[in-house]
Amino acid sequence: MAMTMKGEVALPADRETVWAKLNDAEVLKACIPGCQTLDKTSDTGFTAVVKLKVGPVGATFKGSVELTDLDPPNGYRISGQGEGGVAGFAKGGAQVSLSDLPDGAPGCLLSYSVEANVGGKIAQLGARLIDGVAKKTADQFFTNFAEAVKAG
Amino acid sequence: MSATGIGASVRRKEDFRFITGKGQYTDDVNRYGQAHAAFLRSPHAHADILRIDTAAALAMPGVVAIFTGDDLAADKIGGLICGWMIHSKDGEPMKAGSHPALAQGKVRYVGDHVAVVIADTLDQARDALEKINVEYAVLPANVATANATQPGAPVVHEVAPDNAVYRWAIGDEGATQAAFAKAAHVTKIDLVNNRLIPNPMEPRAAVGDYDSGNDAFTLYTTSQNPHVARLVLSAFIGIAPEHKLRVIAPDVGGGFGSKIFIYAEETVCVWAAKKVGRPVKWTSDRTEAFLSDAHGRDHVTHAEMALDAAGRILGLRVHTTANLGAYLSTFSSAVPTYLYAPLLSGQYAIPAIYCEVDGVYTNTAPVDAYRGAGRPEATFVIERLMEIAARETGQDPAAFRSKNFVTSFPHQTPVIMCYDAGDYPASLAKALDMADYANVPARKAESARKGLLRGVGISAYIEACGIAPSAAVGSLGAGVGLWESAEVRVNPVGTVEILTGSHSHGQGHETTFAQLVSERLGISIDNVSIIHGDTDKVQMGMGTYGSRSGAVGMSALSKALDKIETKAKKVAGFVLEASAEDIDFKDGKFSVRGTDKEIDFASVALQAYIAHKFNGQDLEPGLKESAFWDPTNFTFPAGVHICELEIDPATGVTRIDRWTAVDDFGVVINPMIVEGQVHGGIAQGVGQALHEGAVYDASGQLVTASYMDYSMPRASDLPAYQVGMTQTRCPSNPLGIKGCGEAGAIAAPPAVMNAITDAIGHEDIAMPATPLAVWRAIQKGAQRAAAE
Repeated sequence: MAMTMKGEVALPADRETVWAKLNDAEVLKACIPGCQTLDKTSDTGFTAVVKLKVGPVGATFKGSVELTDLDPPNGYRISGQGEGGVAGFAKGGAQVSLSDLPDGAPGCLLSYSVEANVGGKIAQLGARLIDGVAKKTADQFFTNFAEAVKAG
Repeated sequence: MSATGIGASVRRKEDFRFITGKGQYTDDVNRYGQAHAAFLRSPHAHADILRIDTAAALAMPGVVAIFTGDDLAADKIGGLICGWMIHSKDGEPMKAGSHPALAQGKVRYVGDHVAVVIADTLDQARDALEKINVEYAVLPANVATANATQPGAPVVHEVAPDNAVYRWAIGDEGATQAAFAKAAHVTKIDLVNNRLIPNPMEPRAAVGDYDSGNDAFTLYTTSQNPHVARLVLSAFIGIAPEHKLRVIAPDVGGGFGSKIFIYAEETVCVWAAKKVGRPVKWTSDRTEAFLSDAHGRDHVTHAEMALDAAGRILGLRVHTTANLGAYLSTFSSAVPTYLYAPLLSGQYAIPAIYCEVDGVYTNTAPVDAYRGAGRPEATFVIERLMEIAARETGQDPAAFRSKNFVTSFPHQTPVIMCYDAGDYPASLAKALDMADYANVPARKAESARKGLLRGVGISAYIEACGIAPSAAVGSLGAGVGLWESAEVRVNPVGTVEILTGSHSHGQGHETTFAQLVSERLGISIDNVSIIHGDTDKVQMGMGTYGSRSGAVGMSALSKALDKIETKAKKVAGFVLEASAEDIDFKDGKFSVRGTDKEIDFASVALQAYIAHKFNGQDLEPGLKESAFWDPTNFTFPAGVHICELEIDPATGVTRIDRWTAVDDFGVVINPMIVEGQVHGGIAQGVGQALHEGAVYDASGQLVTASYMDYSMPRASDLPAYQVGMTQTRCPSNPLGIKGCGEAGAIAAPPAVMNAITDAIGHEDIAMPATPLAVWRAIQKGAQRAAAE
């Protein structure tokens, strides 16, 4: 089953700084909720292990993360997919774009548009919880990311 | 009538066992040394399997073996079969895609079987499932019934490139066209018959056992027809020849059709028992049941009815797309064809009917018979049409039905069925009276004063059940005959054991079959036991579904009892020194006509076995007889249900206020049990109308796979029913029985929807009519009224 969500967050750093962090595996690993490992396999590819809990189903997803549509320092598309064994699968992506804040304020605006898809036991047992979990996971990622930017 | 004979509301003998927790269900079976099976199920609706890596799982603690489709293929284990051949209108046989018990190269629905882990404990088996690595190439899924055959839709089976299993038709197209050409009024309707998940209380389970000393298998399974399971597992799937395979279906906790079929899990358990040299047990969890039990209904229909100026029906034409899921389940092909369209005539004299049905594959669970099986879908079509046609032409719905009733019998419909007996006006009159139909307007006004919407809906259903004459179903494509068998074993002390091929999984056969014996032999039901569900005890049988156990199973028993009586009279004749022709048998006593010489049944039984009195005569010792009964027609129970309900327009919540059911089931063995069947059937029908609906999302994920998301009717959703009966004997069996098991589920959905549409004032609402759906329909009606 599929869901989509959108959001934006104002960051206290310029676009180049934010762009660098968006491409930093260590930063991404720290920000992705439940991320156990994130290993670079190429300039734009990673393998990842992420622990996720949807209602009664908890699972470890093993999969890949890929960065595409790179447009430094304006944005990219980050997408990933993982198999959670009997728990099912999850896949999804986010279009991330950076723009100036209005009125020339310092920092930049990060906008994101996420679509996610889950299947198997997660969809079967957690159907009515998935929207909430997906939104919370996305929110948490970008909150974490804002913290990382703030921390420099 | 004896105190425990035909017509007595005897309490169910089996209930003591059930309510004290002493039932023996398949999950209660534990064999020495048994291992446990857990199935890896596809998380994808449609995918190629590129690779299955079981190495890590095999190394897990307690794992005995892991099997995939390749292992079944290597052992030449055949796929699951569909036992009813349907031909398309162009003469082409239906396109049956292969259905391996474990997937071979491809998965076709979420829940499809990819691999099985067999381990010492269930937890170990489940843990090992986590370690199986499957690489899938995900394919687009074909999900929506109405779009399944659209050009470009993903192909589920290559044998059916347009996803059509068959394009079938019945009736006279030309005559129907002619009827419509001269119509004064045509009523049209588009309907969705919502997809349901059966949900018997006991989930499916299987224990496979292999005796290497005798090279023989035993399968304990939750089956409604263990003999057919043995036949299919032997002759088609190739587990073992029939004399080397015993199938036992012990206590079974409900089936509603879903346990008729032969499933992947039981096939794998019995096969694997030999492979691993240990008994193998599997019990479905509830989510597995949602995913992999055969679902029911799922039709998309356009229907039209032609009327003349006087309000008489001239013709009916129907086009239905029926979703059969990803594979053809055991009897699936027959359900939306021969179990559906021949009932479209309802209780009415309709001169011309033409119906086309496209059976389609989708990437969803297989769809097969579910309580009523085709007949609820047909009744929904005809009874929604009747109601709307009456409204459109300004006729009272009851009067409009009356005007069109079949009133003389036998009545040959244009679609196969020949109705043999019935009195439809009698049931309608009684139902209208019990429902206080005359005062509906006053009650509507009273509701309106409270700000509530009151509606009343009639459903005059008919079903063809007691299936069925073997020759008839054979000519329609069935791969089996649908007779039934019975054996009567009288013990030397006069107690009786009945062996029947019918299978009780909630119907109360241990009581009702004993009541027939009590009636006939004049003995207490406490002296009768009913044995069923074991292929080593009962030689052959066709099982229980289609409301057939009374009409067919008990008729076989009645025939066997005839033979017992004939032989017992001969024994009594020798004992009483009279000719058998001069022996009367009444109330359990044999007497010589015109004398006071008599002997009771138990004494005759003893004499039959000690055989002192007829040694050397033309009479064998013992008292045991068997019989097979093959009916000459379907049976045609019919009745009228009236639903009256109130809707709160602020919330869309529907409250059923009154329910009247008047049914003609022919002769009734146990009125209490029959009334219970009516209650349960209505509850299921109300469930379909107001609550239940299986939902797959566009990617083929089942999002109603637990009770959090699939709503079942609860006691508080249902009113106190008023149940009445009328009676015409069924002429095609010796007992006059018609059958009652499915009636409520057939009658109820259109009664509810006719009442809801009456209350909201328009027809634009689909099942399930949840509060949200009703509220939206009310808003839509208000918007339309404002726009006009």
